[in-house]
Amino acid sequence: MNRFAWPLVAVCVLLAFLALGLRHGDPRALPSPFIGKPAPQFELPTLKNPEVNIGSKTLAGDYALVNVWATWCVMCRAEHPFLLELAANKAIPIYGINWRDSRREAIRWLDDLGDPYLASAYDEDGRVGIDWGVYGAPETFLVDPEGTVIYKHLGPLDPTIWQREFVPRMTGGGQ
Amino acid sequence: MKRLLVLVVSTLLLSTAFAIDQGEKFDDPEMQARYEKLISEVRCLQCQNQSIKDSNVTLAADLRREIARMIEEGQSDEQIAEFLVVRYGEFALYRPRTTGKTLVLWLAPFLLVLFGGFALVRVVKHRMSLPIGDESSEEG
Repeated sequence: MNRFAWPLVAVCVLLAFLALGLRHGDPRALPSPFIGKPAPQFELPTLKNPEVNIGSKTLAGDYALVNVWATWCVMCRAEHPFLLELAANKAIPIYGINWRDSRREAIRWLDDLGDPYLASAYDEDGRVGIDWGVYGAPETFLVDPEGTVIYKHLGPLDPTIWQREFVPRMTGGGQ
Repeated sequence: MKRLLVLVVSTLLLSTAFAIDQGEKFDDPEMQARYEKLISEVRCLQCQNQSIKDSNVTLAADLRREIARMIEEGQSDEQIAEFLVVRYGEFALYRPRTTGKTLVLWLAPFLLVLFGGFALVRVVKHRMSLPIGDESSEEG
């Protein structure tokens, strides 16, 4: 056997791994440790009315999207029209977590661009964001009727990702 | 000359690096040391490849605050690491814990050195068995 055979095999294996790594998509996206686990408990005042609270109980009973957004988040603006479209089609209840934001600015954003959320929780100091493992808005969690996180998407949502990743995971109800 | 001195001194002043988190967080030096060590070993996920000690994005500041709070509450380093792993996964720790999942990370360097050593010994033995000056017999 040629003495270069083994190094060649080793390099090919390495190249295969590197190629797989490149196909991985967004290198910043990490597997969420919450998939298959109960959504973290939370209880926060709503954005529009600090007197009213929203929390884990609000989500229960149906498939729901939990969308983490902020007015300082550029990609949130990019995905906003698609969230409005989902809300208009009554595709799924959408709840927001307004993360590390100014209440006044956030309310103005919803007034200007439209409000796809049934309600947004106002996470001023980012503590609930930490409990949900949020590290880059926008992030969108898909929660099933039992309150289990079944998928998380990092980055702006669009019709392709919605059809490919979210719709097939919602079996029965939700639509 | 005086002007030059002023110029040099003010230039040097400009280059001062300002620490992101100035001042001590704890009166107890032992707690302060634990805090410094922990925050230098947690990855900032918003700005990956920086520790939360080196970053001043909001998430890093939030995590520093949470870690300070947990130290104050008397939680152990393991409990704090667990808090982070539950939320962000093992990736958040710059020094991964030795568990079933990360065992390969810890063992791989030793295995590779071992493998390289074996290969080296084999090559050297083979070469030593060759007659001096006869390199051509290697090409088979």
